[in-house]
Amino acid sequence: MKIELTVNGTARALDLDPRVTLLDALREHLKLTGSKKGCDHGQCGACTVIAGGRRINACLSLAVMHDGDEITTVEGLAEATGGTLQQAFVRNDGMQCGYCTPGQLCSATAMLDELREGWPSHVSDDLNGPYELTHEEVSERMSGNLCRCSCYPGINAAITEAGAAK
Amino acid sequence: MRPFEYQRPTTTDSALAAIAPGAAFIAGGTNLIDLMKLEVMAPDTVIDISRLGMDGIEEDDGGVRIGATVTNSDLAADRRVRRDYPVLSRALLAGASGQLRNKATTGGNLLQKTRCPYFYDTDTPCNKREPGTGCAAIGGEQRNHAILGTSEHCVALHPSDMAVAMRALDAVVEIRGAGGETREIDLEKFYLLPEDRPQDETVLEPGELIAAARLPAPKGTRQVYRKVRDRASYAFALVSIGAVLEMEAGRISHAAVAFGGIGVKPWRDGAVDDLLTGEEPSEGLFEQAGEVLMRDARPSDGTEFKVGLTQRLLKAVLTEATQ
Repeated sequence: MKIELTVNGTARALDLDPRVTLLDALREHLKLTGSKKGCDHGQCGACTVIAGGRRINACLSLAVMHDGDEITTVEGLAEATGGTLQQAFVRNDGMQCGYCTPGQLCSATAMLDELREGWPSHVSDDLNGPYELTHEEVSERMSGNLCRCSCYPGINAAITEAGAAK
Repeated sequence: MRPFEYQRPTTTDSALAAIAPGAAFIAGGTNLIDLMKLEVMAPDTVIDISRLGMDGIEEDDGGVRIGATVTNSDLAADRRVRRDYPVLSRALLAGASGQLRNKATTGGNLLQKTRCPYFYDTDTPCNKREPGTGCAAIGGEQRNHAILGTSEHCVALHPSDMAVAMRALDAVVEIRGAGGETREIDLEKFYLLPEDRPQDETVLEPGELIAAARLPAPKGTRQVYRKVRDRASYAFALVSIGAVLEMEAGRISHAAVAFGGIGVKPWRDGAVDDLLTGEEPSEGLFEQAGEVLMRDARPSDGTEFKVGLTQRLLKAVLTEATQ
């Protein structure tokens, strides 16, 4: 099937078997290997990309379902957001092996947008806010991104720092 | 994944015309794509209903009408839902992860498959996946299985948080048929017990499509959702409770209590609601409610803990809701 995706601001035409996931389209067809394949079942978050402004698991989405959509991957994230978050990850030691990091960065970027739009979380005392960027809120809102090196303290600190800087 | 043909109709009517035996609708895809990768499900045609404009949340006769493709995120954050149906926002936010909630839809959540590990493992017998082959879950690893509504053929539980809240809110499912006709059915009657046909999970007929879920005006302002799970976030419920209560002159004037993690379907027991209604809240009353709820429970060694856990959680939820 012929589809078109706008990936990191550039229109990309693709001719794909409908079985190809958005993740495989990005990695195998567009050679954007920043997005990682961890579990391939929506359980780890390593494949997180931003589609139409929202973070999703690219492994649990068919590429053909995204015909016409705007996708941001880790490769385009710095240009889109200025790199504050990436710098905070470096400063706070928010990684060890780095495999989960692209997913963490995409997820955190969209998560901070959700927070600005006033979305509540499971740990918010009041569903109507206001929500503070507490350690508990960051942990809850980022629970879809696992880190097998367990760098959670650094990841949490980096996101908190970048969120406060905005 | 088995090969399939992908179609993206532009109207609901054309989607209904395209559905046929062997075909499947797809909206968020968070459950179906996973099942297709494992070849637990292998539709020959996948019909994308994500762009049919069924993603609106509208006022509806004092309540709300939630389109089938409204995402779990959008529903949880909706201002009216947060104000009038906080138990639903809380249930949604207690489920899955931020990424999954951004894709998962209202209709798909209602129709999601059990997370029984034997259903997902095509090397083991499963009456739900392959009718008549037997049940590997009975006698197998049982921590995440149901204790209410089970049969000798299936003990798989319904994993939804959202549907538990919707049961307590008396939701109605709006269904479109192949001929374009619309019918409505109470969520209470939407799910079937497994009995000897665990493959039949709902009253949906072949070719039918969920168009929306309707919530009547809220019948109680005291709404609580509590969930107990093996880790603090991003895990299915061991036990969850959604309660919608109202109090008048020190007595419970409305009680609707629904349960997740213990039933083969999002569970609600009229005898529990009846016992509570008209009574003054007390520890003794809440304990009695827990006894009534579990009168027909059939736990195994692996799920025995759910009986006491549910009863303690029920006491905590009812205490919070009646304070």
